[in-house]
Amino acid sequence: MTPAPPPAPPLEIHDLTVAYDRRPVLWGIDVVVPAGKLVGIIGPNGAGKSTLIKVCMGLVPPASGWVKLFGDPLERAHRRVGYVPQRESVDWDFPVNVMDVVLMGRYGKLGWFRRPRREDREAARASLDKVGMLPYANRQIANLSGGQQQRVFLARALAQDSDLYFMDEPFAGVDAATEAAIITLLHELRDRGKTILVVHHDLPTARNYFDLLMLINMRLVGFGPTDQMFTTELLQKTYGGRLTILSEVAEAVREKGYP
Amino acid sequence: MSSLVPDFDVQRVLVTPWTSDATMNGWIVLMGFLVATTCGWVGQYLLLRRMALMGDALSHSILPGLAGAFLIASFLNPGTADGAGNARGATVMYLGALAAALVTTLLIHWLHTASRVKQDAAIGIVFSGLFALGVILITVFADQVDLDADCVLYGEIGTVGFTDYFQLSGRDVAPLPVARMAIVALLTFAWIQLFYKELLVSSFDPGLASSLGIRANWVHGVLMLWLSVVIVSAFESVGAILVVAMLIVPGATASLLSTSLPRIFSLIVLHAAISSLFGLHLALWLDCSIAGAMVVTGCGLFVLAWLSHVIRVRRARHASLPQDAPPGTLASPSVTPNPP
Repeated sequence: MTPAPPPAPPLEIHDLTVAYDRRPVLWGIDVVVPAGKLVGIIGPNGAGKSTLIKVCMGLVPPASGWVKLFGDPLERAHRRVGYVPQRESVDWDFPVNVMDVVLMGRYGKLGWFRRPRREDREAARASLDKVGMLPYANRQIANLSGGQQQRVFLARALAQDSDLYFMDEPFAGVDAATEAAIITLLHELRDRGKTILVVHHDLPTARNYFDLLMLINMRLVGFGPTDQMFTTELLQKTYGGRLTILSEVAEAVREKGYP
Repeated sequence: MSSLVPDFDVQRVLVTPWTSDATMNGWIVLMGFLVATTCGWVGQYLLLRRMALMGDALSHSILPGLAGAFLIASFLNPGTADGAGNARGATVMYLGALAAALVTTLLIHWLHTASRVKQDAAIGIVFSGLFALGVILITVFADQVDLDADCVLYGEIGTVGFTDYFQLSGRDVAPLPVARMAIVALLTFAWIQLFYKELLVSSFDPGLASSLGIRANWVHGVLMLWLSVVIVSAFESVGAILVVAMLIVPGATASLLSTSLPRIFSLIVLHAAISSLFGLHLALWLDCSIAGAMVVTGCGLFVLAWLSHVIRVRRARHASLPQDAPPGTLASPSVTPNPP
């Protein structure tokens, strides 16, 4: 908004190490994510992908190093940051309806003591419309399918209207239609200058979805444009010697030859 | 045989309580209603956050806080140690409870973050340990600490002092304990109204809450402190053990009947009203503990709600079965599935 100094990058991580119960999960991560990119975070199970996001959101304390969002620590930047946790991380029997959940995205802008106003409801309704969930606005969240739950979370992120988003496996366990809808939406957000980091599991689709890839296996194996990251060498380094994954890698790399 | 269960004498159980003893019984029912509503509201958040056990923990670990506070008070002002009847006693009580709640919450937090002890184990260790400490304090310093272990553990709504009145411009308004409970109930209501957003989002999705700048830890801390205030206020009526039921049962019952949080809060009020009124009559009939009868009535309501829930779920399952069948078989009774 202030044009004078070059704007700070949306996300800067410096020498970050995280440990659970003295067992390190992330080691010396150093990364600067530029604005307006859709970034895939890729790596095997237990590589620390979700942990990385949780540290950025202040949900897990770092053992050393720091994270800056738009040049500030999280406490000062939280208004510009949105978070979409893993779907399983919340209790879907919670006594709220779809509208209530999407309105939660507006809470940060409301401040203390205020209840959502008409404009917040409008914004929530517009977000629900975007993900095709407006007809379900009054439905209890317990009565949603997996794909619908994910769309509600996404609508909430839209209502939050952040500049930087962290999404933890938004494609896990959703139907093909929802996956396509989500990726269209993410591209749209990216085109509006938002920065989005997505923890992703599926290697073959990763190549088509993301601008940049962050390869993680406890350490940062590589970070750069998707085409440059999709090499047999780097992916093998990321996934180690896991055979099933390796055949997937070979498949993915071979496909690369025939765009 | 008839001596086991007293006869149901309509005159004694239903009529006299509201004719000759109307004032006393009115205050008892109102007190029970206020306790159950307040505990139910705060307890609903414990249920939502899946930490019903914390209510159990705090209600026990408050005991050493109370004992310690009375001990300190009696050393500062020897000879004037008295119960919660006067204002000074009440202040001492609340301060002791708040301190105990703070210590309990922090100890549990530290124990399970700084070591491999899991949270449920940490809760179990801290509250039983502190409770035992409280028992020792009460028995060793019995002279200085004017706390009756029986009273703290079981309470009795019928023996709460309804004789000292809270006065407003020279007129009696309500007995002191009732007035105090009413204030706590009003404050609880205001607190839930003011912090509805923060309580809701930090209960549903702590990750999102923190991304919104709402410190889930602080919300948790404030909830624990307020829980301790509510528990202490309910102590003399229902005691440390039955207060746990007051915290959990109304919310658990209401949650079976509705999936909308505002409606759940209203249902908790209804549950509190029914269980305190019917509880009083049950106690008069069986000549037993009034607080105990109120809790039993509340649990009875829970069983009814649970049965209706089970029936509704089963009916919904039956109703969805014929939809998969071809049209025309809808009304056919033969679609009822056979038991395996």
